[in-house]
Amino acid sequence: MKKPVELIFELSKSGRKAYSLPACDVPEAGEKIPEKFARKIDARLPEVFEVDVVRHFTRLSQLNYAVDLGFYPLGSCTMKYNPKINEAVSRLPGFLRLHPYQPEETVQGALKLMYDLEKMLCEITGMDRATLQPAAGAHGEMTGLMIIKAALEERGEGKRKKIIIPDSAHGTNPASASMVGFEVLEVKSDERGNVDVEDLKKLMSDEVAGIMLTNPNTLGLFEERITEIARIIHGAGGLLYYDGANLNANLGKARPGDMGFDVVHLNLHKTFSTPHGGGGPGSGPIAVTKELAPFLPVPTVEKEGERYYLDYDRPLSIGKVRSFYGNFSVMVKAYAYILTMGPEGLREVAECSVLNANYLLKKLRDYFELPFDRWCKHEFVISGNRQKKATGVTTLDMVKRLIDYGFHPPTVYFPLIVPEAMMVEPTETESVETLDAFAETMISIAKEAEENPDLVKESPKNTPVARLDEVTAAKRPVVKWDFEA
Amino acid sequence: MWNYIPHTREDKERMLEALGIKSVDELFEDIPKEVRMERNYDVPGPLAEDCLVRHMQELAGKNLHLGNCACFLGAGVYDHFVPSIVDAIISRGEFYTAYTPYQPEISQGTLQAIFEYQSMICELTGMYVTNASMYDGASSFAESAFMACSATKREKVLCSKAVNPEYRSVLRTYTRFRGVEVEEFGYKDGQVDLEDVKGKLNDKVAAIMIQSPNFFGVIEDLASIAELAHSKGAMLIVSADPISLALLEAPGKLGADIVTGEGQALGNPASFGGPHFGFLAATEKLLRKMPGRIVGQTVDTEGRRGFVLTLQAREQHIRREKATSNICTNQSLCALMGAVYMSAMGKEGLKEVAKLCYNKAHYAMDELAKRGFKRAFNAPFFKEFVLIAPKPVKEINEKLLKEGFIGGYDLSGQYPEIKNGWLIAVTERRTKEEIDRFVGIAGGEVR
Amino acid sequence: MNIPENLKYTKTHEWVRVEGNKAYVGITDFAQGHLGDIVYVELPEVGSLVEAGEALCSIESVKAASDVYSPVSGEIAEVNDALEGEPGLLNEDPYENWIATIEMNNPEEVEALLDAASYAKHCEEEEEAMG
Repeated sequence: MKKPVELIFELSKSGRKAYSLPACDVPEAGEKIPEKFARKIDARLPEVFEVDVVRHFTRLSQLNYAVDLGFYPLGSCTMKYNPKINEAVSRLPGFLRLHPYQPEETVQGALKLMYDLEKMLCEITGMDRATLQPAAGAHGEMTGLMIIKAALEERGEGKRKKIIIPDSAHGTNPASASMVGFEVLEVKSDERGNVDVEDLKKLMSDEVAGIMLTNPNTLGLFEERITEIARIIHGAGGLLYYDGANLNANLGKARPGDMGFDVVHLNLHKTFSTPHGGGGPGSGPIAVTKELAPFLPVPTVEKEGERYYLDYDRPLSIGKVRSFYGNFSVMVKAYAYILTMGPEGLREVAECSVLNANYLLKKLRDYFELPFDRWCKHEFVISGNRQKKATGVTTLDMVKRLIDYGFHPPTVYFPLIVPEAMMVEPTETESVETLDAFAETMISIAKEAEENPDLVKESPKNTPVARLDEVTAAKRPVVKWDFEA
Repeated sequence: MWNYIPHTREDKERMLEALGIKSVDELFEDIPKEVRMERNYDVPGPLAEDCLVRHMQELAGKNLHLGNCACFLGAGVYDHFVPSIVDAIISRGEFYTAYTPYQPEISQGTLQAIFEYQSMICELTGMYVTNASMYDGASSFAESAFMACSATKREKVLCSKAVNPEYRSVLRTYTRFRGVEVEEFGYKDGQVDLEDVKGKLNDKVAAIMIQSPNFFGVIEDLASIAELAHSKGAMLIVSADPISLALLEAPGKLGADIVTGEGQALGNPASFGGPHFGFLAATEKLLRKMPGRIVGQTVDTEGRRGFVLTLQAREQHIRREKATSNICTNQSLCALMGAVYMSAMGKEGLKEVAKLCYNKAHYAMDELAKRGFKRAFNAPFFKEFVLIAPKPVKEINEKLLKEGFIGGYDLSGQYPEIKNGWLIAVTERRTKEEIDRFVGIAGGEVR
Repeated sequence: MNIPENLKYTKTHEWVRVEGNKAYVGITDFAQGHLGDIVYVELPEVGSLVEAGEALCSIESVKAASDVYSPVSGEIAEVNDALEGEPGLLNEDPYENWIATIEMNNPEEVEALLDAASYAKHCEEEEEAMG
């Protein structure tokens, strides 16, 4: 049984320190902080020396699973390899140590990078202009929907207060819609896993602002009738929003702009290889058609002759959605990735990610329920329903068992329309040997579920902690260290 | 072949054979012909690693960075010292190449680190709960307005004009589309104008939103504003500089209901404005109104201490359109930088940093006041202050730049009422020698 | 599954017990079973008005949040404060532990609700539909 790592507070000993600061070389200020504003009791931050800090966080890091350690088949998350060179170049002081308000003439390299990255993302998506400001996918969704709302209001169509979202959509879609004050209408999926076009026609009206779609959708299936959907929405005066979570499958193969989308968000931390960082930072740029470009957040990066500058003079802009210009270091990494891959490399990404997904699906299809039987794109959804019915072993149990075999679980219980769903996205950066090993493991777990259900239900065993009591954690939340205990 | 893609020709053939197809194109046949991409993207590359490095170095070389100049510019992003162990820790692949810790059994590293982060932020702010981070100081400020509206069932907030203009701009965008009204109130001698607030405050107001130290670097009288807000059933939202909280009373102790802020000062490089992280802390009463992820402590089936993402029913992946916010990905790694920084600096180090900033800023202010610059406000300040320059700030900053200094923030754009207003930030990294030279150039000794 | 004979039910799995003009409202055994361990009950405010079919309050389990819909219209008279500290009471005995009482302004609405037999049938159908 492994011993838990102490909290940093438990290592604290008065008098120790892990920093060195220069002595104060100016006279002490004559003006004191007024007593009523001054802190009475010190913040109880830990007192440790440098070795403590390094060992503590290094030990903690060893409790994590990570792309650098193994296969991470999380559907819709695109856990591809995060190239080391991108980390290195993003740390060049000329990128890392820039103040956002430095005079423009001192940051021409940074502005040029942003300008060129915008151009590349527009080419990749088939759109006209983009903003790099949103900090994450959901932030991009919100920004994109704001742009749609502002454009409709400008057109005098403020009554369009509803937005259509498929029942297979990620939870951020409806949550973003309500952040922007849209009411959500849910469109059903048809028997091929696509948007039910007949249902869509019924939902469409002059109160609908548009539709949010992921393509390939969260089932990993391409929306085969996308151009028809675009005609229906546009025909009724609505706009199309593209959720870029699954863009990896489309690189060099199909562009959202050509499909008829008006607003596109990208996840640089998925498609463009920047790391997930244990939950961020990401970057969620928005690309739009030229009709919507005036509504983009300020500032945009513009070029005049050989000089790059920030343009705040955009009267129709929705304003700002975060401070400054976005997660710049993340942009540097994505830019480096695109340059490394080039046009042929990007197409190879899509082809190999789709090949990997179909190959893996082929290996697993006989052992699990398959809700939609077609070629998938970069990911696929299978169900643990058969196992659950047979022996009560759930999808959660099976994926926890995967951990014992050294794999990260796939995305589970999503999309909501598939019971006991497992959503598997291998990405292009995994070899056929890894896929074979994963498939064999999944198959043997399916067998275990049948023959030895308790073994599966009690997994994982070889982890720093076993299954955790989430009920007590939510009933009686302990959300910080108790110094008094 | 590509370094990041393992497929050999034989691999591909074997896989295609298993699928019973001749070419990978067959897998894309469900894409309608009219939207299929039949050409290459018009993007540069591929570049070999060494060529890429050369290209990136060339681009980076066009920028003047804070390692090559002395920066007196703040206004929300500060040139603080970052100990080397911060980057050493977050450069571990186990941290930066991990996903969101949804599988707690193999994510205890991230979860415990964030739990420690939460504990430290609660200590600094004097609050009960904080989330695992927000995008930045501006978006956490805006989201806190929604929390207050939801808790009070009111749809209007009052915001101080002395709050960072970036934050106010984001607040305007967020609230405009959600139908929440924002009314701004003014400042007097650089502080909240209490009379103006009194005139605008009524029982329709969900919160009074301020910053302390505010955009002018001035320390606000939180207790008085809290009392006023609470007298009408409104909340007090404070955006705070975490470094200042080593010396300034915790806003939670003075009556704040929500404390937000920009965490960049805690171990995050300036990065041209991001990524950094926003923090958002609140009272116990607001626990279930919090946006974003929260880590909680619990035990495993064998009774060992462990950590999980908790109170998830608030969040978008469960509550969808009824979630407290749409935030999903946050700035976890940046918050980890904050946690490592706070661990390294510790109780004494953070105070020392804050005192150095305080003393150096006051020294710089005193010296500039001797050279024809006038102090704009008499109210107490922390590490930033406003001066009235004898001539347009732009001219002074241009002169400073030629000598290797990045001058202060020119207030003329956002605060034209402060004529020739110059916002100077002085962190612990500025030496007396740099300050003296800066004062000399700004004061006209170098022409 | 426990479905007491003396109560009225909704298709959304709430129960009602009428005493004079007062309706006791809670969630059914079926509802608590499907939610799993209940970790939080966001109680309604006493004195607020609610329409039949409107959300009365919400209940959270670890991985789900669901609304409780009011079976009748009226004014919230009392809320069961015990649920605040011990939401698990709803799992232990969903019929003993009511959530709120409503002073009805249209008692005839009760007539339209399901009796125990019809509700039992409804639950069976839902189970089947869920596979």
